[in-house]
Amino acid sequence: MTLEIRDFSVVYRTPSGDVRAVNQVTLDLRPGEVVGIAGESGSGKSTLAYAACRLLRAPALITGGSVRYHGPRVSEPVEITRLRAADLQRLRWREIAIVFQSAMNALNPVLNVRDQLLDAIRAHIKVGRADALARVGSLLDLVGIPRSRLRSFPHELSGGMRQRVMIAMALAVEPEIVIMDEPTTALDVVVQRDILSQIVALKDELGFSILFITHDLSLLLELADRIAVMYAGHLLEVGSSAEILRGAAHPYTKGLLNSFPSLHGARRELAGISGSPPDLRMLPGGCPFLPRCGYGTDACADIDMRPQPVRSSADATHVTSCPFVLPDQSRVPAVIVEDRP
Amino acid sequence: MAFVLRRLAFYLVAAWVALTVNFFIPRAVPGNAVEAIMGKFPNLQPAAAKALSAMLGVGHPGSLWHQYVTYLSDVFRFNFGTDLLQYPASVTSLLGETIPWTLALVGTATVIAFLAGTVLGIIGGWRHGGWLDKTLPGLMFLQAIPYFFLALVLIELLAERIGLFPTGQGYDGGLAPGWNWSFISSAIDHSVLPAFTIVITSLAGWMLQMRNVMITTIGEDYVVAAQAKGLPSHRVVFTYAARNALLPQLQGFGLALGFVVSGAIIMEIVFSYPGIGLLLLNAVSASDFPMMQAIFLVITFAVLLANLVVDLVLVFADPRVRAKEAS
Amino acid sequence: MTTATPLTAISQTPTIAVTPKAAGQWRRLPLKAKIGAIVLGVFVLAAVIGPLVMPYDPSYSNPAPSLALHAPDSAHLLGTTQSGQDVLSQLLVGIRLTLELALSVGLVATVLSVIVGVTAAFLGGLWDDLLSLTSNVFLVIPSLPLLILLLGYLPQKGQLATIVVLSGLGWPWGARVIRAQTLAIRNRDFVAAARETGERTWRIIAFEIVPNEISLIAASFVNTVLYAIATSVALAFIGLADLNSWSLGTILYWAQSQQALQLGAWWWFVPPGIAVALIGTALVLLNTGIDELGNPRLRDAARSAMIGGHRQRPADPTPVWNQAVPAGPLTRALRPFSRSSLLDDPRGGRS
Repeated sequence: MTLEIRDFSVVYRTPSGDVRAVNQVTLDLRPGEVVGIAGESGSGKSTLAYAACRLLRAPALITGGSVRYHGPRVSEPVEITRLRAADLQRLRWREIAIVFQSAMNALNPVLNVRDQLLDAIRAHIKVGRADALARVGSLLDLVGIPRSRLRSFPHELSGGMRQRVMIAMALAVEPEIVIMDEPTTALDVVVQRDILSQIVALKDELGFSILFITHDLSLLLELADRIAVMYAGHLLEVGSSAEILRGAAHPYTKGLLNSFPSLHGARRELAGISGSPPDLRMLPGGCPFLPRCGYGTDACADIDMRPQPVRSSADATHVTSCPFVLPDQSRVPAVIVEDRP
Repeated sequence: MAFVLRRLAFYLVAAWVALTVNFFIPRAVPGNAVEAIMGKFPNLQPAAAKALSAMLGVGHPGSLWHQYVTYLSDVFRFNFGTDLLQYPASVTSLLGETIPWTLALVGTATVIAFLAGTVLGIIGGWRHGGWLDKTLPGLMFLQAIPYFFLALVLIELLAERIGLFPTGQGYDGGLAPGWNWSFISSAIDHSVLPAFTIVITSLAGWMLQMRNVMITTIGEDYVVAAQAKGLPSHRVVFTYAARNALLPQLQGFGLALGFVVSGAIIMEIVFSYPGIGLLLLNAVSASDFPMMQAIFLVITFAVLLANLVVDLVLVFADPRVRAKEAS
Repeated sequence: MTTATPLTAISQTPTIAVTPKAAGQWRRLPLKAKIGAIVLGVFVLAAVIGPLVMPYDPSYSNPAPSLALHAPDSAHLLGTTQSGQDVLSQLLVGIRLTLELALSVGLVATVLSVIVGVTAAFLGGLWDDLLSLTSNVFLVIPSLPLLILLLGYLPQKGQLATIVVLSGLGWPWGARVIRAQTLAIRNRDFVAAARETGERTWRIIAFEIVPNEISLIAASFVNTVLYAIATSVALAFIGLADLNSWSLGTILYWAQSQQALQLGAWWWFVPPGIAVALIGTALVLLNTGIDELGNPRLRDAARSAMIGGHRQRPADPTPVWNQAVPAGPLTRALRPFSRSSLLDDPRGGRS
């Protein structure tokens, strides 16, 4: 197991109240796997990823849970929430790297590409400058950027090239896990495709796992091995992408799937999900999706949000936090109450 | 390159505006005031009286354009006229004697204050919440004190009561100016307290500004990314955060320079320091207009030049500026 | 059961309740700004009632030599000047005159800078270039020497003249800042929407743009008042003011010219100077507060939390509740890489 997140909770302490950004999330990431985290903005997906690396700034606070990392290059599993700053420094990038959403903002404006890549390398390996430069060159080749761009500054590159530099930088010391935070959202569709296929190819070649964060579920259905759906800081459903497509268990996921058209299959009306996400400072108990859920009843306000296995799924790890609705429910809002396991 | 030329053009325009304003102010004075001014110098030599009338635009000194051209050519030849107070000394020679003193004192002190303030600001921003923050109210107080007032207080405390420093002047009265050690050491001795005053008051301002810029910069994505990369702290602080925070800080330096220099010059008066300040005070009390106008031009040009230098430094420091004008 | 564990149970500090909007503005100001506002309020109060309650006529010079340069005592709380005038009374008048002047300059200059800034941003093109050039030129030319020249030539150097002259040079800074902000807002959706619905330009300016710039305008106002105080005091100190009136600067002028320092009469020059410094500090504190209100990063940084007794710095790793600093030595699992571990084996030692 590469990354084990257990009962992880993160809170932002603001003067107008504590914002419960992540609530007891449990998620696994296996070697070589692509796990997608899908959700609206404010669902806590980015918070989850950054907090797992302890990169969030004040007023964020991790209020519970554990994040264990175990990779081939560490002699024993490491509990990230207990690491000291110096250890975190060694762990970061070397084991877990991040591709940020906006490359324009995430690259230092006053350093050129070569220097920023060198930084990443030399922070973790003791190498001479010549060797490091050689590696920088090969990294650029890896992502398809001409070496003539070594001395360019971030503002001199196109959006797609900047993102590729970010990817090259993330792979600089060959991490086990690459967290990708909406890496293609800011790019146009053609470049998006390009970069995504490049990411997949690199993953196959180098063998790292990916935690892919996006609001675009359709992207994950193609790209990810498993998909985790988050809403209001809670993990609503986790399962293989095949199973989620075939039979999503949670009403929210069903709603998301109904929100974008499919290239194949019959034409149907797009539904979308009415309403808006709740205020995270005043989360009621029970399921946060209740106000917008077509299947909701009063019983939903009392449920335990911990995801439970979906019995009818072909995927043994398919879990959902909604105990009431079956995957093969049509959109007719008939509620079947299942016995709680 | 284009950027540098644009900035140079801007400063030339500013210099021209200063020159023109300087030219028109005496001529814009209402008529009875001119008489009052002329009346203050009843015993003026004819040549000086003629020059003063020409400056004020009384009598029949020729067309306005002709006067303007003469004025500009005079300025370019560093001919600022004859001083009215210390007649017949020329304004230029008097300025020439005092500028080096002011330059040495105010120049060095300002640079020291800026460097120290910036470094402290970097630390204060990075270690926000630490002990440096507790000194903030005190620093704000220091920043709000007029330079000359602090000078008065410091002289009272450190020079009069304790006798740690000389109470004024540029050097010991018995010495003659020259390039010998006893004179230079005396000069340095006498400049410590004035320099200290400038540094204390202006340092607070630089530090506060740098601290705020640092805090904003630390919140930027590329600093978070630098930490995510596992870079050592010193690299994150200096090459990622401070290097970017310095850009607005330097711009602020250029803008604030005018105030710092003006305040320092007035502070010199309290110390009876032989710099421009004393010249200015005497000129104002005696309505010595040629001197006042010359001082205005000198200070303005110095500040414009310093701003140009700062802009050049910015060109080197910020790659985006180099590219902006090229596109 | 559910996840609704009340966080107050585990928080180090109690959760702050949501405050109602009306009282919210004052509460949201950080402590620094409140102190600044209170100090300023004290001085404004002194300015208003001071001259009404002052013990003596500040210009009344008592010729009796025993009363000249008298140290503070019960009759004269702040001592007397060289000519037997009461320093306290002068101080009270001075506070009023200086504040009057500074607030007037602040008002006029801020109004000017809003007009210029918004006009430049809205008209664009040549007008914008011209106005911006003018602002920048007068920003870069040092104002004090120019003011010395202007006031030097003016026959009357009274309050009104000083206000006019200071306002005339005090607007460029604010104009620049407001222009930048207006440009940014002008392109935002709600302004475009207002335009689409045919709302007239002046209405757009008055009701959409300016209300969104209130904190900026407030900060600009405070800065201008600061500049006015500092500059007017400096000008008066070298004698470019109505030397028969008692502003804080002229008191200092007389103190300096009558050699108060050399004669050891600290009570003459210290109180007006401290008054200037305190008013200035109060304004700076107020400004910092307004800054922090507008800039969320400064605000968050100011509220850096104490977690488990350990002060969080902005760049520290995300803290974990109930852990200050993790105990125990550095873990040996994360040994640093050597050269051989990565570059020789392209897969970094992965089997």
